[in-house]
Amino acid sequence: MSHDNLPVKDPDLGHSVPDPGLEPHVERYTDVDKGAGNRAYAAILMMLAAVPVLAIAFVVIYFAVPRDAYIDFGLLKANAQNVGFGLTGGLAAVLIGVAVIQWARVLMSDEESVELRHAASSTDDDRAAVMGLWDDGVEQSSVRRRKLLLGALGGAVGISLVPAVVLLADMGPHPTARLREETLERTIWAEGILLLNDENWLPIRPEMLEVGQLVNAQPANLRDLHGVEAHQAKAKAAIIVVRMDPNSIKVPESRKDWHVSGILAYSKICTHVGCPISLWERQTHHLLCPCHQSTFDLGNSGVVVFGPAARALPQLPITVNADGYLVAQSDFTVPVGPSYFERDSSQDFKDGDQ
Amino acid sequence: MMANPTRIASTSPVLEGQPAPSANREMPGAVKWADDRIGLAKIGRAGLRKVFPDHWSFLLGEIALYSFIVLLLTGVFLTIWFKPSMAEIEYDGSYQLLKGMPVSEAFASTLNISFDVRGGLLVRQIHHWAALLFVAAATVHMLRVFFTGAFRKPREVNWLIGVGLLSLSLIAGFAGYSLPDDLLSGTGLRFVDGLIRSIPIIGTWAEFFVFGGEYPGDILIPRLYMVHILLVPGILLGLISAHLALVVYHKHTQYPGPGRTENNVVGYPLFPVYAAKAGGFFFIVFGFLVLMGGLFQINPVWIYGPYDPAKVTAGSQPDWYMGWVEGAIRIIPALETHILGTTWTWSVFLPGVGLMGVLFTGLGLWPFIEQWITGDKREHHLLDRPRNAPTRTALGVAGMTSYAMFWLAGGNDIIATRFALDLNAITVFMRVAVFVAPVIAFIITKRLMLSLQRADRERALHGSEDGVIVRSPDGGYSEGHLPLSHEEQFLLTQHLQHRVLEPGAETDASGVRRKKGGVSKLRARLSRWYLGHDIAKPSAAELAAAAHQGSHSAHAVEDGHGAAGVDGAGINGIEGPRHGADAGHGPERAGLHH
Repeated sequence: MSHDNLPVKDPDLGHSVPDPGLEPHVERYTDVDKGAGNRAYAAILMMLAAVPVLAIAFVVIYFAVPRDAYIDFGLLKANAQNVGFGLTGGLAAVLIGVAVIQWARVLMSDEESVELRHAASSTDDDRAAVMGLWDDGVEQSSVRRRKLLLGALGGAVGISLVPAVVLLADMGPHPTARLREETLERTIWAEGILLLNDENWLPIRPEMLEVGQLVNAQPANLRDLHGVEAHQAKAKAAIIVVRMDPNSIKVPESRKDWHVSGILAYSKICTHVGCPISLWERQTHHLLCPCHQSTFDLGNSGVVVFGPAARALPQLPITVNADGYLVAQSDFTVPVGPSYFERDSSQDFKDGDQ
Repeated sequence: MMANPTRIASTSPVLEGQPAPSANREMPGAVKWADDRIGLAKIGRAGLRKVFPDHWSFLLGEIALYSFIVLLLTGVFLTIWFKPSMAEIEYDGSYQLLKGMPVSEAFASTLNISFDVRGGLLVRQIHHWAALLFVAAATVHMLRVFFTGAFRKPREVNWLIGVGLLSLSLIAGFAGYSLPDDLLSGTGLRFVDGLIRSIPIIGTWAEFFVFGGEYPGDILIPRLYMVHILLVPGILLGLISAHLALVVYHKHTQYPGPGRTENNVVGYPLFPVYAAKAGGFFFIVFGFLVLMGGLFQINPVWIYGPYDPAKVTAGSQPDWYMGWVEGAIRIIPALETHILGTTWTWSVFLPGVGLMGVLFTGLGLWPFIEQWITGDKREHHLLDRPRNAPTRTALGVAGMTSYAMFWLAGGNDIIATRFALDLNAITVFMRVAVFVAPVIAFIITKRLMLSLQRADRERALHGSEDGVIVRSPDGGYSEGHLPLSHEEQFLLTQHLQHRVLEPGAETDASGVRRKKGGVSKLRARLSRWYLGHDIAKPSAAELAAAAHQGSHSAHAVEDGHGAAGVDGAGINGIEGPRHGADAGHGPERAGLHH
């Protein structure tokens, strides 16, 4: 059997050996040996028969096993219900699958069939016909004589997309210069705000920190905020407070009043993509971001020593208040966190600045 | 084994138009009712016995499809309890270690599904494993399609749909990963925030629009939820339907072999064999995912804890399919431009947005680039053996190698701690490796493919070694050859070899006159690079000559020249085969094959 619309006209192009045609069909063991066929049949039935047993076991586990029961595997403990569900449900599904595939493999006839393909394209007839129909339609629409119709329609539909797009303008507030100043360029740090240890939420006294010690801290006024405001404030205001030997670090002239006898505070938010930086190397004064491994030198105003971050960690000027607690002198002097297009990065500290 | 050949090819049934097997068969009532209204019989007549070829590598796409079905089923279950809200509440569920903590509703409801809904943990874990399997299976399926040339005409559109599916599946996966609002997913979102911000000119606006204001805001998770359960799955479902419809329309490709031609498809009918195998395979995939959900823990969010913008864990990793982007972000050197009060932060934009753009644009364009280089406009339904497209195979392996290097770089901290290596040294090494390793991989793969072509040529000409080493009276060693079966000889020589395009040629590869101009110098040079090294397969004349020689050397074994090697000239087809021509040189050449 054949037809005219085959994909290629010369399927033998380039053949140096003539196509021998399909290999002879080889009968399977289960085709010729009655016993083997019956055994395969029985095996498939047994697999399917196991499924109801597993399904019942699943339901029993659902109702009979307490939710907090666990199985102790030695190295680890696992929720008993979850393991039971997985084993019974998973095995049941696998058995159905294996049984059906085995049925197809050994019991269904395995003689291969051959089907002819058609070219993906339409026939020349179809093409000519559709072009004719198209022309008839175009003629009927009168756009040939009244030529402005199509342009006018296109313009009208095109313009009507504008209101549809404008509808999305309220997806978020517009980050104009004023809004950026209130959001991206500001944190809740201000003069006199206490530094609170992020573990116990207590203010920090200089003598509580040994040389080499690092603590995470938050501004005391963060406690006044809740929900989304708290998260937004925390995502920018988080700092690390670190004490280093004043003689082993470089303090530029412009920042000589920003520390309290070797205690310095830096933004905890990486200048690369904003992960909270956390890995501290006491000996080298290096701080490593666990996300993308940008490394900052806290002994040198937080400049980048390795990795993808391109700007120094902003330093928070701190001092001691009348009660002897660490407080901020002001907000950060530059925006914290990752770069954004409108950011004026000329004020950031660069290695060698005084 | 009972290996009785029963019939041969010429008598195999060709299914075309399916004449009714028994004309008197009446339709059952219910089917007749449906046929009266929707014309079921017409569809059934065309499709019920449609032939599908059988090969393990055709199952890769099926795994992706079945994982997607499992994702839909388990996803619906999860939506029954999940609350996509960032509102802060006090956790009051049965996980004691977090009791009383302020957490988001999204996080609390994830814990509720994991600890208080029976079977909830199982379904959550199945859903996560299925997502990982979906992307993995789709990726490997795409590699299969690439390496076998299944993207060639007429399947370019389906390849584009596939590229769209793969990119959307990354978005779907990432959106889902972010929903539980745990510490790990929050860290991922922090990264997305930095990524969006880094887009030049519009970055800040895009950030405020996506997050509804300043990061993290309180609207992102509801929005991601919409993207994850409605927008992206809806598009995926539509594209998957189109993907499958085109497979049905084009009919599946098949591997070359005896009786398989560009104009037919050899395999098993949809009903019952293929339906049983495919349906059974769905249950196997589903069953394995259920076993994984029950036995292998994944994404234990209660250990990570709720999201806190001031916290992060060392060793944070995204799901596997984002690892290569993560790696690129890690190894890029610091690059930032500051001009006129603006900041262009290349070290986030290039590896993040740029790299994904390069991958998916490159994949999308590939079928058209290859067509342009080879000048091949034929329809292809027989798959390439990867060796017969050496440059394509080498490019594919180079791409995989680059991907692997980026992916490894995404775990540079883990590599450093596990193997006690210097983190910065690994990073610097990776910066070089992502560019150099693919070049090395390209060269090695291309040489390997050419060697395989040579081996095929050798085997087609001279047959297989008979395994008997014979020492001749004058000390030479040789091994005789057995002729190949007709089927194998056909398989080794059936592929179509493209001619290199010559600059200025007025006709294309298949001899059709061009409408405009000829082949540009650049195109000719690319064509030479792409096709120029292919080993010519033996022609009919060469095969006949070799067969003639072979019948001689059946006796010639004793003379010691049964297994002479073939030198480079012969291999390239410039000279005729020299099999058996080097009498007396047996000792050095015996058993030596390129």
